Amino acid sequence: MTEVTGGIEMEEDTSGKIKKFLYINRKAPYGTIYALESLEVVLIAAAFDQDVSLAFLDDGVYEIIKGQHTRTIDVKNFSPTYRALEGYDIEKLYVEKESMEARGLKEEDFIVPVKVISAKEMADLMQSQDVVLSF
Amino acid sequence: MLHTVNKSPTERNTLESCLKHLTKGCAVLLIEDGVYGALKGTVSTKMVEQALKHHPIYALYPDLEARGMQDRVIDGIKLVDYSGFVDLAVEYPSVQSWL
Repeated sequence: MTEVTGGIEMEEDTSGKIKKFLYINRKAPYGTIYALESLEVVLIAAAFDQDVSLAFLDDGVYEIIKGQHTRTIDVKNFSPTYRALEGYDIEKLYVEKESMEARGLKEEDFIVPVKVISAKEMADLMQSQDVVLSF
Repeated sequence: MLHTVNKSPTERNTLESCLKHLTKGCAVLLIEDGVYGALKGTVSTKMVEQALKHHPIYALYPDLEARGMQDRVIDGIKLVDYSGFVDLAVEYPSVQSWL
């Protein structure tokens, strides 16, 4: 039986240049699956040794708030996983200042070290990427 | 009537629309991402505090706790657990779920 690959090139290119990947997180955790899915994709992509950055803006800033306890809603608390990103050499985490302030949050409310940047700087960051993935 | 809101006020206009349509005797219960509407110091706090002068507002504690927001709730918003949710649904003659 012939194996169907859907036209996807299966040969691995190991000589390709490292690209800049930005994962944009704009959704609150738990209410929808976006936040968790984004994190899953980031972890998978971490295996490919690319130049990865994560951006948290709008309700996405709620993803990395300290003190999440999900036992009573019976879903997995995935917030500690953001702390593991460092182990995959993913250390560029950006939070948009305007989004943070609109929600009454401060830098010390986050479970991971982040760089707080303005919306203008966020726009420049987006512009500087090779690949942008939005969640 | 009991109104439930399950969307974040900074993601959708669900809470704003709900609060605009409250009539005498109505109460609001914030659940799921709706609990972000129960927080102090946000862009929607003033709107919620205004509604709180005329209507009881409740928030589901397990959803606040899941999101790490249990210590940021506006004074005057009452916290309920799941059995409290059921009690409210029974207490009011009808329920409107804003989605």
